[in-house]
Amino acid sequence: MTMPTTLFDKVWDAHEIHRSESGESLLWIDRHFVHEGSFHAFNKLRERSLPVARADLTFGIADHYVPTLTRRLDDIDDAKVRGMIEQLTDNTREHGITLFGLNDPRQGIVHVLGPEQGLTQPGLLMVCGDSHTSTHGAFGSIAFGIGASEVAHVLATQTLWQSRPKQMRLTVEGTLAPGITAKDIALTWIARLGADGARGHAIEYAGSAIRGLSMEARLTLCNLSIEGGARCGMIAPDETSFAYVEGRPWAPEGERLEQAIRYWQTLKSDDGARFDRDITLDAAEIVPTVTWGVSPEEALPIDSCVPDPATQHDESKARQMRDSLDYMGLTPGQKLTDIAIDRIFIGSCTNARIEDLRAAAEVLQGRRSRVPGIVSPGSTQVKQQAEAEGLDAVFREAGLEWRESGCSMCVAMNGDLVPSGERCASTTNRNFKGRQGPGARTHLMSPAMVAAAAVAGHLADIREL
Amino acid sequence: MTPIKILDTLACPLALANVDTDQLIPARFMKEPRSIGYGQFLLHDLRYDESGSPHPGFILNHPEAEQAQVLVARRNFGGGSSREAAVYALVDHGFRCVIAPSFGDIFSSNAVNNGLLPATLPEAEIERLLAHLGSEPGPVRVDLEECRVRAGTLDLEFEIAPSWRTKLLNGWDDIDMTRQHQPQIARFAADYARRHPWLETPPGDATIISRG
Ligand code: SF4
Repeated sequence: MTMPTTLFDKVWDAHEIHRSESGESLLWIDRHFVHEGSFHAFNKLRERSLPVARADLTFGIADHYVPTLTRRLDDIDDAKVRGMIEQLTDNTREHGITLFGLNDPRQGIVHVLGPEQGLTQPGLLMVCGDSHTSTHGAFGSIAFGIGASEVAHVLATQTLWQSRPKQMRLTVEGTLAPGITAKDIALTWIARLGADGARGHAIEYAGSAIRGLSMEARLTLCNLSIEGGARCGMIAPDETSFAYVEGRPWAPEGERLEQAIRYWQTLKSDDGARFDRDITLDAAEIVPTVTWGVSPEEALPIDSCVPDPATQHDESKARQMRDSLDYMGLTPGQKLTDIAIDRIFIGSCTNARIEDLRAAAEVLQGRRSRVPGIVSPGSTQVKQQAEAEGLDAVFREAGLEWRESGCSMCVAMNGDLVPSGERCASTTNRNFKGRQGPGARTHLMSPAMVAAAAVAGHLADIREL
Repeated sequence: MTPIKILDTLACPLALANVDTDQLIPARFMKEPRSIGYGQFLLHDLRYDESGSPHPGFILNHPEAEQAQVLVARRNFGGGSSREAAVYALVDHGFRCVIAPSFGDIFSSNAVNNGLLPATLPEAEIERLLAHLGSEPGPVRVDLEECRVRAGTLDLEFEIAPSWRTKLLNGWDDIDMTRQHQPQIARFAADYARRHPWLETPPGDATIISRG
């Protein structure tokens, strides 16, 4: 009898080319995404006169620096921003790499576009020079972010050296209450285990509540794995995942699809497979959650109060809390629902898929936002879909800006930013100091909660709307 | 890459937890070419106020910080974004080693790929080291062969993955290492393609390469 094996080990083993004496594995890479920020890696290749080993497995995507007010390169005022997009075009063209560029109808944020185009499939090993590559694990792939030296290594060899991480299973059993989303599950576990709680581990999300999630929600959950420090997050593929992949441009068809599905069905952890850690959450315990501080671990149920460092016994935690409250401009004991906001942002690879936009639009339907805000769809196709459904009109009538797709205010690289000192309710993934612009204050939450905050002008409980 | 064996240098105490890569180098500087030197961007928004004047109390603005090759910080150093620019900023400033209780995974591998040693010490020992250094850079000796850091009367053993230690000690580069395995990679790729024929499926439409 063979040893019971985890999903992660099955996928890893299928990609292991070689194992070194010190235990590092040389892994085969199925899909490699590059974006504007990958220019360091292309420069490294150039310095050493190395070609791209497998241009056919490499895909270029313009997302981090793209403007959201226009799709015309010439309209970008900042020459350096324009240069970043041009550099990606030049590098992909030079090496014969497929590019989803600024004005491509399939353009989108890499982690929205990959699944949408059927490039993301179960059982693959996928990398990108972006930490939220963990998103693609939602299909039962091993997917993780890498740095520029590693990007150069993958470009040159289509392989990567990695040491096998430990494994953690995060089980969520039961039924989520209405309005509770994957974002709330993620913020809940990260608040409980810490922003480095899953460091060194690959997470497998399991349990009935996870199996019940839509593909979009699974993508949100796996996306946020990195915010808990995990190397990657994955979910065993099932009918939901197969149905999503089928019919997409890069998906197999006919007999090949049947062959693929037969393989995909083997991709699950066997009964009795061993995990280094097992964490269980009760779905019924999960409530709408928002962040109050400057790390995703600083999150609380929306009906609670800003924590008080004076009641924190652990001095290092108290110190961190004081520092966070100081940056965020909050008072201990203040109700979270009393925190007034200056603007909102709905976007990013975490929460800008069609389902997310529908959830936000449902709350905003027939209402006005009290604050300004931007809605940037996760991809150009999501934008078209939303427009076909009339969601753009809902956002516009609520007083929000309906923009083009890109990373936008998630990382503020394209110039969309939250002014210093202002407070933003955001569907993104990082509330780090300065993430949305120097001095910007970010509160993370689900799309419906951001919409509720827009309507109320302060953080609000979706259950009371 | 320059190998590391022993660093006899100054250590800068940075008594902060969760110093993420967005803080190590804010995103707006990442459009710059590496050739201009990324050291000036290191911890920029902690180091300078909004008008660009240095905060006098911040450790990197200490006159001796320029000579320090070691940075000591609290837990979860380098979490967040995979930007290798965070490591470039540290390296270009002159750092060869960061000592902390824990690091972001991607940060650590980026560090090793640039000859920057991410050394792990238990939280309590980091606190002793920080207390010893106080508020200014102070002398330390980091010995990678023995995995020890010494400062004053402190003599502490740090941790680093063995494969990373070997790479840092020798200044090895991954691409060279991997190219020795080329025949094995080619065999694997052919076999892998045979086992996963559905992955060859090209997309239906022909307009793959867009105009950008
Ligand atoms: S939307 Fe934000 S998190 Fe996602 S890829 Fe873009 S910058 Fe990264």
